[in-house]
Amino acid sequence: MTKANAISLTRSLAAHAVLLALSAAFALPFIWLVITSLKPPRQIFEFPPRWIPDPIQWSNYREAIQAFPFIDYTINTLFVTLSGTFATVASSALVAYGFAVVRWRWSNLFFLVMLSTIMLPGQVTAIPVFIIFKQLGWIGSYRPLVIPAFFANVFFVFLLMQFFRTIPRDLVDAARIDGCSHLDIFWRIMLRLSKPALAVVMFFSFTGGWNDFMGPLMYLNDDRMYTLSLGLQQFMAQHSAEWHLLMAGSTLMILPIVALFFFLQRTFIEGISLTGLKA
Amino acid sequence: MRLIRQGIDNEYLTGMAFILPWLAGFLIFVAYPIGCSVYLSLCVYDGMRPPEFIGLANYASIFRDRQFYKSLWNTLYIIFLGVPLSLVFSLALAMLLNQKRRGISAYRTLIYMPCLTPVVAMSVLWLWIFNPEHGLLNLFIMRFNDLLQSAGLGLLRLPVPGWMNDPLWAKPALIIMGLWCVGGTMLIFLASLQDVPRTLFEAADIDGANWWQKQRHVTLPMLSPVIFYNAVMGFIGGFQYFTQVYVMTDGSGNPNDSTLFYALSLFNNAFPHWRMGYASAQAWILFFITLGMTLVVFRISARRVYYHGA
Repeated sequence: MTKANAISLTRSLAAHAVLLALSAAFALPFIWLVITSLKPPRQIFEFPPRWIPDPIQWSNYREAIQAFPFIDYTINTLFVTLSGTFATVASSALVAYGFAVVRWRWSNLFFLVMLSTIMLPGQVTAIPVFIIFKQLGWIGSYRPLVIPAFFANVFFVFLLMQFFRTIPRDLVDAARIDGCSHLDIFWRIMLRLSKPALAVVMFFSFTGGWNDFMGPLMYLNDDRMYTLSLGLQQFMAQHSAEWHLLMAGSTLMILPIVALFFFLQRTFIEGISLTGLKA
Repeated sequence: MRLIRQGIDNEYLTGMAFILPWLAGFLIFVAYPIGCSVYLSLCVYDGMRPPEFIGLANYASIFRDRQFYKSLWNTLYIIFLGVPLSLVFSLALAMLLNQKRRGISAYRTLIYMPCLTPVVAMSVLWLWIFNPEHGLLNLFIMRFNDLLQSAGLGLLRLPVPGWMNDPLWAKPALIIMGLWCVGGTMLIFLASLQDVPRTLFEAADIDGANWWQKQRHVTLPMLSPVIFYNAVMGFIGGFQYFTQVYVMTDGSGNPNDSTLFYALSLFNNAFPHWRMGYASAQAWILFFITLGMTLVVFRISARRVYYHGA
């Protein structure tokens, strides 16, 4: 082996050692989560801790599912999240098209107004919005969590605008000359060509809804209507020492997101590098 | 001429129609609430009885409230310690992951994964990791201390903190938890690292620059807009910091108000206590603080940030 080869081999080994150590550090909390979720309760506080539960107690999962009505909460969460995702993506795409593709007077003015709302902390509007929903009698229903999604999300509008602008203008102009309406162009050209960006927006919107905690905390008061976030928090407030059940519940809550991520990974990474954005 | 005019007018209506969802939402959920909020901040309002005008009294009592200063201090603490730490950490990770090696995408995925974890589940998990007696972190620290002891280095032993039970260590604990989920920031840095033109590094090589000089004089200036963007997002995020503390302290901001952050204090005033006028005033003070901080950051960035090709 030549000297140069030896150096590059050592470098490569060192790089992999560092990367492996870091990945292990990042994975460790997840590993600990799963280990704890499979322990019989008496082994949780053992010292020194056991790395492999004995016996592996799968029944923790069954118990967690029964202890807080996991299936009901999953259905509630799916309902809120899926309808919210559909509404946000549809409305944000329309608005993005209106700003990025349609050319009209004052669009810049409206765009500036939209831009400036980003500076406004959510806390400023949260209280009056709560009062509006209260006067409508919507507290305790899913409406405050779903209805606002129909009015577009500024962040997603930006993301989609950036993407729409990369699509050649000639396509739009050609379609216009052929007598295509803007709604047709939006539906038949823009949406078809924007699948990676739409996937990113859908994923962000879905995880945002799945993870949302403050919304359900403010608006839901019947514990049968709770979402997973609120349900898990309430369960912990009541059973703070039952770590095996808490870890089993957390694992069940994390899994769908991770599965969705791997399912969408290819489109997702493509979309992120194309739009250069994050959650 | 008439045709063209008509065309523009048509486009005007079409454009308005497309942005209508946002425009309606803006009027209902932003513009009207802003007006309401200004008025409410000048009132006593408990959500039931009609608001009663009291002028600037809410603002005056906020500036006399010890909890306000406490929450401001806690928030600035986590911003000025947490944001720089997570920027440096995520940039270092991005540089490390910006190599061409076998299996690099697996490493990237693994390090990105934590930021996918639902915040409530993550907070529950870390509360268990921070458990003073049985938590993973303290088990490691105790093990490490034993090793030092047996190596005759007992003097170097690390403290075994009570983390979320100790007013001194609760905020550092939250910062550590934050470092675990820098994946999103890391990914942005990674994408912009890959956009740095290779020719710049080749030019630096020809000039005989070493690794550090290349990072300092090529990578860092090229990344400065992204670093700036992430810093601003970090500042804003610090003032929104809510769910983690709410879950880990059951909404209390304990121990001893050491995790009473601005957003939590505001929420607690508005909802469990129904002091909605007071909380609205808090929200406006928050607005001016973030506005001021953002202006300062912009001022600094005008000198420090390099926009390539702009």
